[in-house]
Amino acid sequence: MADTLTGPAAQTAGPAAYAAHLDHVSKAFGRPGAQQLVLDGITLDVAPGEFVCLLGASGCGKSTLLNLVGGLDKPSAGGIDVPGGRPALMFQEHALFPWLTAGRNIELALRLRGVPREERRPEAERLLSLVRLSGAYDKRVHELSGGMRQRVALARALAQDSQLLLMDEPFAALDAITRDVLHDELTRIWSESGLSVLFVTHNVREAVRLAQRVVLMSSRPGRIAREWTIDIPQPRRIEDAAVADLSIEITEELRGEIRRHGQH
Amino acid sequence: MASTETTGAQGAVPLRKAPTGDADVKDVHDMSGLEAGLDALETVTVGRTPVGQVLLKRVLPPVTAIVVVLAVWQIAVSAGFSDPTKLPSPHAVWQELADRWNAGDLFSIIWTSVQRGLLGFLAALAIGTPLGLVVARVPFVRAAIGPILSGLQSLPSVAWVPAAVIWLGIEDSAMYAVILLGAVPSIANGLVSGIDQVPPLYLRAGRVIGATGLRGAWHILLPAALPGYVAGLKQGWAFSWRSLMAAELIASSPDLGVGLGRYLENMREGSDMAGVFLGILLILFVGIAIDQIFFSPLERWVLRSRGLNSRSQ
Repeated sequence: MADTLTGPAAQTAGPAAYAAHLDHVSKAFGRPGAQQLVLDGITLDVAPGEFVCLLGASGCGKSTLLNLVGGLDKPSAGGIDVPGGRPALMFQEHALFPWLTAGRNIELALRLRGVPREERRPEAERLLSLVRLSGAYDKRVHELSGGMRQRVALARALAQDSQLLLMDEPFAALDAITRDVLHDELTRIWSESGLSVLFVTHNVREAVRLAQRVVLMSSRPGRIAREWTIDIPQPRRIEDAAVADLSIEITEELRGEIRRHGQH
Repeated sequence: MASTETTGAQGAVPLRKAPTGDADVKDVHDMSGLEAGLDALETVTVGRTPVGQVLLKRVLPPVTAIVVVLAVWQIAVSAGFSDPTKLPSPHAVWQELADRWNAGDLFSIIWTSVQRGLLGFLAALAIGTPLGLVVARVPFVRAAIGPILSGLQSLPSVAWVPAAVIWLGIEDSAMYAVILLGAVPSIANGLVSGIDQVPPLYLRAGRVIGATGLRGAWHILLPAALPGYVAGLKQGWAFSWRSLMAAELIASSPDLGVGLGRYLENMREGSDMAGVFLGILLILFVGIAIDQIFFSPLERWVLRSRGLNSRSQ
């Protein structure tokens, strides 16, 4: 935990007191007149170096919210401020480009960021070794396992050198053992880098395993229902008793939110 | 094994809550070992097929097919199903080929056509690619000429020969015009469908890492559309070659020189059935050869590098 204070984010954050600031953000889809409100008045700050999990059932608009913060879509109302520039974004699917090798995928992100040619290869190798895939530079995407693909995707996201990392259920499609390993990796990389992370999931234990703060969203329209600050020290394990206890409490709350929808 | 490790980990729960330096070091060791194990278990290794396998699976079947066709042909001739003026023997066709070789005009006949075909194809490539890009990305253009472009594919380009001859005279330019009208729609449509089939996730992922506008088209859209584009190129070549042969058969002029189509027509006029067969076989052979030399390897490379080729596994 002490690592986060000495990380680069803490030093370069400067005047901004947040890595992302959402001010009464609303989003509606559909034609005028027949609009469906997906997000309703979301106000949320992510502090520099903070790890926040957005938790919610289907239809709570958590992925929509992530797209708004990532600049892939515009809010219907309210403001979003991301002082560190374009955030990095990881999807549930690895979204690696199959026509490039693992290393070239990372180099493309470096190139688009403006890193000079001769620095790209060493930097890509460094990022691959950061996710413990040193030998995978020349591997094609289809030659990698699901967990390895998500690690390359993480390395590509880190290549953007953004202060804010957005993650949209990045481990949902992985088996339990691999997911466990990637939780440890993510925790390690986050605490070493001082990145701010906004992590979307519907998996309560995952949220409690990873986050410093869990934000529970209600569905249709998505609103912030409750927040928990988690001070169980890292590295946590998903089997830890404290993680399990808090997960039960949050799950109850989540079920309550879901039940409300069955009542009308 | 796994179960004992799990119980061990659960027993260590209190320790984890207040990690000491030692526990951290051990954790890191466990993690990298575990991760290496997972990676090794889940990685698919794709080896190269040995030469013997390649010969057996890729060379033997087509050779067998050719031998069977020749055998059936020879039997049909020997059994006297048809008189030799209508069905020449394989040997007579071979003799015709040897005669052309000895006369020294075999290669000039083939080259006249191949050179026209390839030049016309390259021109079609230069026109069809930007056309396809514009049709795929500009909704107004797509609505305006998209259906016409698809429709042109089903119009046999030989239908353009009379018009091309009247407009351009019986000259090489008429040949090229017919090739273009045959190949450009194929190439453009291939690119359009290639772009349409690009998964939206790639475009979103591209935007996230900063590939927008022209950089997005160059780094994401075009490479992602490559399989469809290559399929379009393949079909474009087939259409080029067909159109050219039709045009050569129909348009006759001493200025044009003798290509394969003209050679075939000359043989028909002389009622030389062995020559007609040789002409047909040469046209088929050139079409297959160009495809096998250029387009099939290109397609295989594109598909294999993306793991889309089932044969590689």
